[in-house]
Amino acid sequence: MLFPNKVYHRRNILTFFLGCVLVFMVLMGRLVYLMVWENQYYSEQATDLHERERSIKADRGLILDRNGKVLASNRSVCTVSVVHNQITEPETVIRELCKYLDLSEEYVRKRVEKYSSMERIQSNVDIEIGDQIRQLHLDGVKVDEDYKRHYPYGTLASKVLGFTGSDNQGILGLEVKYDQYLQGTPGTILTVTDAKGMEVEGISERRIEPISGNSLQTSLDINIQSYATQLAYQVKDSKQADSVSIIVMDPRSGEILAMADVSEYDLNDPFVLPVDTPEGLSAAEKQNVLNGVWRNTCINDTYEPGSVFKIITAAAGLEEGVVTCDSRFYCPGYIIVGDRKIRCHKVQGHGSEDFVLGTMNSCNPVFISTGLSLGVDRYYEYYKQFGLLNKTGIDLPGEAGTIMHKPENMGEVELATVAFGQSFQITPIQMLATAASLVNGGKRITPHFGVQIVEESGKTIKLHYESENRILSEDTSGTLREILEQVVSEGTGKNGKVEGYLVGGKTATSQTLPRGSGRYIASFLGFAPADDPQVIAIAIVNNPKGIYYGGQVAAPIVRQLFENILPYLEVKEYNQ
Amino acid sequence: MEEKRRARRKEKNEYFFDYSLLFLLLFLLGFGLIMIYSASSYEAFQAYQDAAHYLKKQLVAICVGLVAMVAATRIPLGFWRYVAYASYGVSIVLILLVKSPLGVQSHGAYRWIGIPGTGFNLQPAEVAKIAVILVCALLLSNMKENVKRWGAWIFMMIVPLPLAALIYFVTDNLSSAIIVIAIAWVMIFISSPTFMRYVVMGGGALSGAAAIVFYVVQKAQQPVQEGESQNFRFGRILAWLDPEAASRGQGFQTVQGLYAIGSGGIWGKGLGESIQKMDFVPEAQNDMIFSIICEELGLFGGGAVIILFIMLLWRMMRIATNARDNFSALLVTGVMAQIAVQAILNIAVVTNTIPNTGVSLPFISYGGTSVVFLLAEMGIVFGVAGRILQKDMR
Repeated sequence: MLFPNKVYHRRNILTFFLGCVLVFMVLMGRLVYLMVWENQYYSEQATDLHERERSIKADRGLILDRNGKVLASNRSVCTVSVVHNQITEPETVIRELCKYLDLSEEYVRKRVEKYSSMERIQSNVDIEIGDQIRQLHLDGVKVDEDYKRHYPYGTLASKVLGFTGSDNQGILGLEVKYDQYLQGTPGTILTVTDAKGMEVEGISERRIEPISGNSLQTSLDINIQSYATQLAYQVKDSKQADSVSIIVMDPRSGEILAMADVSEYDLNDPFVLPVDTPEGLSAAEKQNVLNGVWRNTCINDTYEPGSVFKIITAAAGLEEGVVTCDSRFYCPGYIIVGDRKIRCHKVQGHGSEDFVLGTMNSCNPVFISTGLSLGVDRYYEYYKQFGLLNKTGIDLPGEAGTIMHKPENMGEVELATVAFGQSFQITPIQMLATAASLVNGGKRITPHFGVQIVEESGKTIKLHYESENRILSEDTSGTLREILEQVVSEGTGKNGKVEGYLVGGKTATSQTLPRGSGRYIASFLGFAPADDPQVIAIAIVNNPKGIYYGGQVAAPIVRQLFENILPYLEVKEYNQ
Repeated sequence: MEEKRRARRKEKNEYFFDYSLLFLLLFLLGFGLIMIYSASSYEAFQAYQDAAHYLKKQLVAICVGLVAMVAATRIPLGFWRYVAYASYGVSIVLILLVKSPLGVQSHGAYRWIGIPGTGFNLQPAEVAKIAVILVCALLLSNMKENVKRWGAWIFMMIVPLPLAALIYFVTDNLSSAIIVIAIAWVMIFISSPTFMRYVVMGGGALSGAAAIVFYVVQKAQQPVQEGESQNFRFGRILAWLDPEAASRGQGFQTVQGLYAIGSGGIWGKGLGESIQKMDFVPEAQNDMIFSIICEELGLFGGGAVIILFIMLLWRMMRIATNARDNFSALLVTGVMAQIAVQAILNIAVVTNTIPNTGVSLPFISYGGTSVVFLLAEMGIVFGVAGRILQKDMR
């Protein structure tokens, strides 16, 4: 012992020291627990806290026509923005951006001088201009690449394709119907931020790559679509019609080759109001105008089909056996149903005629008689069996339903008017699909555009549609085709005749409601070859000026269409 | 050769100098400066446009502290006997000055007094720690083995309480009060031969703490009655038990610290790579600096800091054991106690091993007063070491 009266104890300080070491070891153990065992948990929590997601748009899938022509694609565009804090030479920035983006100095200055984290100057800038701006290396100017939906053919098939919104989401038409396939999965850029949400510079970003959407191959044929649109515009102009619709379909499968509904609108700029729109509309009124512009009357609207509907009455009468081709009728120019006198379009009457001639003449009393011999219940049953009460199931949004009498409210007068296509409403696509099903051998088809989904790898997924449901016997279907061929070769539809081809069809001239307004709808439905239909088309001219008869106005449209597409389709068929 | 030189040195009655301790100390200070810069630069740049804002202030404090340390080394040990009682009185006055116009408010509490004309602030609690070391060393060395008598022992146990009470009630600083008491009691423990009563005390303290925790948890499960506000320190205990449930309130700092530590892993993210220091961990350069060390340098860095403290304590134990007289031995013991208690409490708080209370990590955390007084205390330790003959070193 160095000090005799030691107040200080070596043993106790060692105890204290060792005690401290022990506690330190416990803390060390705690550190191991936190940093090794719990490392993953805390790392994830911390990463969650630090990373901010910026999403990367996925490439939207293409929309193709039946031959692989691109109807909707993506175009690279740039978004030019400025970051206020990073701008070193504001005057240069303002000058150059005005020059390259063709903007007013006032507009650019306001945004450059605004104190915000990031201010967008202009989006959808051409990639070349974006590159030029990037080459200037201006501090604080950001050029971000982006995709924009692009429709190479502009207005073509606008009411079918539809367009997308700013987030690349489908808004109308096929774009919205097949959105789930086209959309793809957006990727993300994860950036590290501090507690205030400011991005931390110099830390590498993590990217999760986007997955491109799948492409949609449609049944549209760009050539037929172009020609149909051209014809529709021609007639719309020459007849000063409100609108003209043409649908071309394969009656065997329901594949729609073309659907023109003029006027069409520019898919690349869908929010432009028509030139004749009055000034000073409210936002809601403008939206209403646009909704009208975007409306596809073939699907979204119903009309009274008129005499074209006699195809249905004929099919029902022949199938049920209440009439045959040789059944005799007499038309004095009118027919009395109950207490009503219903006129034929030929005031002096068609006289004595058989059923085939009656159809060729589009004689109202013949079809009223056929309808009446079926009776309300049987007629209604056929109406239902032919699928007229349901929607067609076409792959476009907003299909309108049929407006029809309730069977309990249907008397003889109602039945008589329905029999020649009045007093109820269906959509043009319903008319075409039903007629197609009756002449194709009797199987109800589903009209559609989507044929298959094409994945990026090239793998394809066929889209399936109901087409096996028999609604009419083969024999009746054959008889019907023959009668309708007669209508075109020698009857009211002779303007639909095409040299070298057998064409079947039926005309119609229907008054729009309210009656007596002097507004008519001229239409013609035709198919070819009449003995083995491979294409069926309907042309509807809404409110033509001057001559308004379907045989004069609408039948020539289908004739011209067939003259051009039938040889083309034959080549196609041989190639398959 | 080596043997001979050592023998000669012993013959010449050379005085001992603890180079290891000096190295450890300088290393900790240098490491501390690097970590303060790393932890504070991001926030400092945003607040003051100067990334080195805190670094510069701490560097000035360390320079002042090193001067004080060298000066303290030169002061004869007898001097500390004369100023012991006076320092106790001075600390009381300084603590009370906090309530005077000289007092500086920060973070909602008056804990600092401004030194007129310098722009620097002084934390009286740091003065109180050195005062309690001096007073206890003087009293205990005078009492000799009488300290084991119950009367003297109880008297000694009471000595730090007035200071601690003032620190707690006047400056609202629970952790400094605990440290003052801990320093005194550790010194009493080391100078008295009795052992049993400490075991009893330790057991009592542990069961008391457990009882408080139990009470708080019970209380928390009952619905809060009208007009009753939850006690702030109770909240801290609840935040300790489940920091993530309280992560928006009192557990915020703790949870952010745990994220920092836990995400560090074994090797850390690399020096300067902490993300939690970017305003997530509040005042990362301060009490929470250990969490940033762990995030950047990993378990490896955190462990190294702990080992450095153990080595520092070991060197001080060696000096205390070989000191020439009781008073000097007790001075060293007091300083050792302070560093040990602060380091342990700090690391325990940061790792959420105990409820949150503000304790700085000696030599590393940002804080001028703390480092100046700690260095002055280290000067006393070097002074004690310098009066040991090389040949007496065992």
